[in-house]
Amino acid sequence: MQELLSSLVSVAFHGLAYGMILYVISVGLSVTMGLMGFANLAHGVFAMAGGYVMLSAMNRFGVPFPIAIAMAFVAVALGSMVLERLLYSRLYTAGELEQVLFTIGLIFMSVSVARLIYGTLPQPVYLPEEMKGQLQFLGRDFPTYRVFLIVFSIVIVGLLWFGVERTRWGAMVRAAVDYRAMAQSVGINTSRLFTLTFALGSGLAALGGALGAEIIAIQPTYPFEHLVFFLIVVSVGGLGSLRGPFFAALLIGVADTACKYWVPEFGAFFIFVATIAVLLWRPAGLFGRAA
Amino acid sequence: MSVNHAGGYIADPRTRPIEWLPWALALLCYFVAPSYLPLGSYVLTMIIFALSLDLILGYGGIITLGHSAYFGTGAYTAGILAARLTGEPLIGLAAGTLAAGLLGFVTGIVILRTRGLALLMLTLAITSLCFEVANKATAWTGGADGLGGFSVRPIVGLFKFDMFGKTAYLYCLVVLFASWWVVRRLVYSPFGASLTGVRENNLRMHAVGAPVYRRLVIAYTISAALAGLAGALLTQTTQFVGLKVLGFELSGELVVMLVLGGVGRIYGAFIGPLVYLIAQDYLAKQFPEYWYFFIGAILVMVVMFARGGILGILDAGIDRFRRGFR
Amino acid sequence: MSAVLETRGLCKSFGALTVAEQIHFRLERGARHALIGPNGAGKTTFVNMLTGRLTPSSGQIVLGGEDITALGQAERVKRGLGRTFQINTLFRNSPVLDNVAFAVAERKGVAGRMFRPASGYREVIDESMTLLESLGLAQDARVPVVGLPYGKQRLVEIAIALGLKPRVLLLDEPAAGVPSMESHRILAVLEQLPEDIAILIIEHDMDLVFRFAQRITVLTQGSVLAEGSPAEIGADSRVREVYLGERHV
Repeated sequence: MQELLSSLVSVAFHGLAYGMILYVISVGLSVTMGLMGFANLAHGVFAMAGGYVMLSAMNRFGVPFPIAIAMAFVAVALGSMVLERLLYSRLYTAGELEQVLFTIGLIFMSVSVARLIYGTLPQPVYLPEEMKGQLQFLGRDFPTYRVFLIVFSIVIVGLLWFGVERTRWGAMVRAAVDYRAMAQSVGINTSRLFTLTFALGSGLAALGGALGAEIIAIQPTYPFEHLVFFLIVVSVGGLGSLRGPFFAALLIGVADTACKYWVPEFGAFFIFVATIAVLLWRPAGLFGRAA
Repeated sequence: MSVNHAGGYIADPRTRPIEWLPWALALLCYFVAPSYLPLGSYVLTMIIFALSLDLILGYGGIITLGHSAYFGTGAYTAGILAARLTGEPLIGLAAGTLAAGLLGFVTGIVILRTRGLALLMLTLAITSLCFEVANKATAWTGGADGLGGFSVRPIVGLFKFDMFGKTAYLYCLVVLFASWWVVRRLVYSPFGASLTGVRENNLRMHAVGAPVYRRLVIAYTISAALAGLAGALLTQTTQFVGLKVLGFELSGELVVMLVLGGVGRIYGAFIGPLVYLIAQDYLAKQFPEYWYFFIGAILVMVVMFARGGILGILDAGIDRFRRGFR
Repeated sequence: MSAVLETRGLCKSFGALTVAEQIHFRLERGARHALIGPNGAGKTTFVNMLTGRLTPSSGQIVLGGEDITALGQAERVKRGLGRTFQINTLFRNSPVLDNVAFAVAERKGVAGRMFRPASGYREVIDESMTLLESLGLAQDARVPVVGLPYGKQRLVEIAIALGLKPRVLLLDEPAAGVPSMESHRILAVLEQLPEDIAILIIEHDMDLVFRFAQRITVLTQGSVLAEGSPAEIGADSRVREVYLGERHV
């Protein structure tokens, strides 16, 4: 009984950590898909890039952890802005096939660049001294880093939700997600809004990728391997929604961890079955609006 | 301006002389370039796979990133059958085709109720599901190591698979010919025309009383069966089946190959894989990473500037050539 | 004379928003009927309910004496209900002939055949060509629709619906987007339509309405305001008020 409780807590804790990371990475995808109607399958590239920037900064240049994280966010956000202005924006009105092809092309390009620069092995993650070790809570040990991860993610999520609910930028995003054409006629500069939002979403992905490097290994095949999960979070949660993907991410984080722990012979099998079931029941996601 | 997809009510269904060119080239290759036959077999197999995708994507307009689920199902069915029951190739082909077709039917009736991102997601989820099953069911599939060590018996008891890949090549060629014949008939039929209608204007197809869902399910099932045929063929000609046949990467590569050649044109499915795989064979050996980057860049540029693929570029060139004569 | 198409108490609400309220409507055989009303009156919503694209909240739709309220779009088409769209809804990259042939082939039940080439179905092609000839589009048969001027595309829009040999034809703003100089062509086509088809057009072009229609129904805010002959409607002060905002003095 003690053991069962112990493993339940462990699964819940690690599932929570994984789920939070999934959310931080995927929330940007949800917003850009809801806002620009653009299926950015290459979203994982930004998460991967964030991971590489942070780890390179720390491992090769000895940059301290907090600064490396900030660098990941800023570098990828800026880079994504350039990409958006130059390439993405030309395809907002293009058909679905073109968008899919374009993003696959981007994935191919970034995967090969990553392999060229960093090789095929996963990047080693050396946690800063203060984050190593365990924290004691209610008689149990929890890895310090993961506690930090959960807390930090909650803070980020809180800031994000606050920002979208209370700021003018957030109001514009919400309006534009709901009625793109209307938003334009009300004088919202949609192209600037798109660029900023895209940058924020990509920056968050980079943050998630960097923070989560210990859970989701940073290696060149990252965008291929984990695309499915980011898309599941977004499509099950609901495009354009903030809260939907949050619950979806937590669900998936915990479910995946639970499955890997208790029924490893099945792996992610149940997650996929559940996703298929949910999407058939509600194609727009649990919290999405039918287009 | 001319219509740039094959099929329809005014299209002439008779085989034009130039359509015999691919077969002539294929036979030429057999006699003239024997060392390239293994690559040739792979190209022929991928052409069948691309044809299957063209049916559902180029004609039906259904964007899928999960077609490798059916390819892989056919591949593993043929492999498991050869390993456990019989190495008779034609039975393996039939089994692979049937298994994939069945999966295609079951998944098709379920996912074709949705559209857009939900549909794309479902195709990804299905192929991930199949991948996971193959990955874990190691007793049957060999898991990450793959399944090998089975032998394929001579075709109809007469044609033995040789070391140089000659039998394999001709085997693939014959199967491709049969597949091509079936796809071509389908494309030029009223059914094929109605698929084009569904792709071009789903709403209007409903408004003229077409049973759109039923047509798409049928097309999807045939497409899946054909993909399974290609997969089974690959297993038999390489005498091995591994997890790659179920990966999302393969689905992605296939879409690239088809788009490169030209979507909805039958021969795009011929040119695309040919050009892609030959280029890959040559370039990837020398510069493997640059190859991947190159392909990605080409894809981005095709989307930005040349949506019709190679055939589209040829078309535009021919149009300009003709106009120069006036 | 029994109506070929009839609605009884047709209602539609989206939550608190009522877009159709107790619409009683009759379309007689061979009718030349127009549905008019200001923007947002619910005309297209009504047509969408008739064709099955939209499910009514309550009420009945009866076609040829049969209750079709629960039937889907394709089944209603099979029972002789055809429509055109306000915005051209065509198979743009296909030739004009194919556009019509899709409809003809569906009607003849051969559209799902998989073996003989489509071009071998002479019955389908000949019928489609005849239809195109009657609309003056024969010379464009091989041209992809996207290459035609908008006015001709609008005619293709009608041709497709005619290929279904409907008993009831619903035309949603057939002259929409066509320059007024060319709308006479549309009117000419409408006037030549077979006498036994019941036709309902939605239109804003009052010229066309008054020249074509034998009966007019006026819809405002989801309910029927008035119905009658063109003369009656033209003289009706309530109608004038709705359109021109005139106060009844």
